[in-house]
Amino acid sequence: MTLNLDPNIPDPDGFYQELLGAHEGLSKEDSDAFNARLILTLANHIGDRDVLRAALWAAK
Amino acid sequence: MVAVRYETAFKLYPYEKVPAQAGTVVRHPVVIIGGGPVGLSLALDLGQRGTPALVLDDHEGAGLGSKAICFAKRTLDIATRLGAGQRMVDKGVVWNVGRVFHGDGKVFEFNLLPEGGHRNPAFINLQQPYFEKFFFDAIAAEQAKGAPIEMRGRNQVTSVTQHDDYVTVEVDTPDGPYTLEADYLIACDGARSATRDMLGLSFDGRVFEDNFLIADVKMKADFPTERWFWFEPPFEGSGQSALLHKQPDDIWRIDFQLGWDIDREKEMQPERIRARVDEMLSSQTGTIPEYELEWTSIYTFQCRRMETFRHGLVLFAGDSAHQVSPFGARGANSGVQDSDNLGWKLDLVLKGLAGEALLDSYATEREFGADENILNSSRATDFMTPKTEISHVFRNAVLEMAARHPFARPLVNSGRLSMPCTYDGFSLFGEDALSGPERSRPGAACVDAPAGNGFLLDQLTGDFTLLALGGEAPDPVTAHGIATQVVHIADISPELAERYLGDTDQAVYLIRPDQHVVARWPSFDADAVARDIATAIGKDAA
Repeated sequence: MTLNLDPNIPDPDGFYQELLGAHEGLSKEDSDAFNARLILTLANHIGDRDVLRAALWAAK
Repeated sequence: MVAVRYETAFKLYPYEKVPAQAGTVVRHPVVIIGGGPVGLSLALDLGQRGTPALVLDDHEGAGLGSKAICFAKRTLDIATRLGAGQRMVDKGVVWNVGRVFHGDGKVFEFNLLPEGGHRNPAFINLQQPYFEKFFFDAIAAEQAKGAPIEMRGRNQVTSVTQHDDYVTVEVDTPDGPYTLEADYLIACDGARSATRDMLGLSFDGRVFEDNFLIADVKMKADFPTERWFWFEPPFEGSGQSALLHKQPDDIWRIDFQLGWDIDREKEMQPERIRARVDEMLSSQTGTIPEYELEWTSIYTFQCRRMETFRHGLVLFAGDSAHQVSPFGARGANSGVQDSDNLGWKLDLVLKGLAGEALLDSYATEREFGADENILNSSRATDFMTPKTEISHVFRNAVLEMAARHPFARPLVNSGRLSMPCTYDGFSLFGEDALSGPERSRPGAACVDAPAGNGFLLDQLTGDFTLLALGGEAPDPVTAHGIATQVVHIADISPELAERYLGDTDQAVYLIRPDQHVVARWPSFDADAVARDIATAIGKDAA
């Protein structure tokens, strides 16, 4: 499997709203911690080490 | 006296004293307050149906300033049905390419590559006064043919009183006040609707704490006909975002997002505006082209709507009923869809062919449309003006990644173009017995397609229509006093097949006067059609 960098999320505006909604009311510190937990959760779902490594590069 | 609130760009309906100002009180079937895009399109629609419409406006024509500038395909389709579309398209600027910048760098460029096979483009830029003039001219042409439309300029409504079966309206004019009555009163008097205030109705929603400066400049520039949008622009004094967009007559719309705590008076000083515009224009060309400031304004906005658009015999349409941020062109465009929805319903109710419940459906359908517009416009605004540190971090992450990775581009939101809503699950829509394409399902606005030497929408002229694709031509169906017109297309273009047939080779569609699909079947069944005509006008099929 290779890292998909093409649009892949249905209803992108709805997703973005939900993502920011999850941060609502959090302090900056809590938001950072939330992001870390979210990244770990998503990374576990992906599982594939090559894909995860490619994602680390893509986000740099 | 009727106060002058603004200058007019076109004087269209100068004040004239009419006998009704002195004589006995006259009752009108429909009185429309406001001669903007919504009031004019409603009057034109009603007049073409033979239902008298009286428009009262406190001015004598289209207000100065470009105001709404982006008209979407659905609006153009409605305008085409009403006879004003071609002039709008001829005068308007058609554009397809947009560029998005973040600071100094270009994030990406998009080409909207509109789908082929439509009479009208995806959207045009056109100053609102032209819209109003073209609609007014179409009204004048209908009046000459005997359509019962009347326009009264400098007629300001000062009070509205509802009774059981009519409304009393007090009107002020340069010759003093007079009284008239209406079976139905339609308030198309804008975001600051005086009618809404007179009835003591609330208008709640979300205030966005931001000020936008509009500068329409007239210049002969070689900039391409594209929409340029900057997040965090690099030029000085431009604020959080900036927009450059072309209009007809060598006018360019420039928008600066100034933030919340500003000194409005100071920001409106021409030399201050010019300094900003100079910075923006020279950032592109290295020099400052010669230009004139044509119109400037500072606006704030809110996303809000009335709880319900129908209050007895008074109905609200357009900005008086709902207000959105300007990003995505959902103000005037949604207002024209309101009048498109309301026109045929009022007509049927006044002709005794449908009950009052049909007017309730105007409110519920368009409230749904307004919610969709408010949602889209709030999302765009939240992206453009991040409210918290973390939303700013995400926003800029999206912009940075969009420059490199296609996946982030759909998340960049500087306004989503207005599309008509689909009335899924609403009570006036019937059977979907065809396994046809999703986009033309019951509730959807008909999408255009080539048909014969013209286009499909040319043939959906404002009556209930039985559209037969392939197969035999069905007989017209008359039910509950509604006679359908029949449009039979035997020679089916590939676009028509893709948009209306999918995998099947024939279909029958029942279509409302506002070109929304009521129901569809694989073959003609007169009983099924009659049943869904009843559905469409809110009658029990009994």
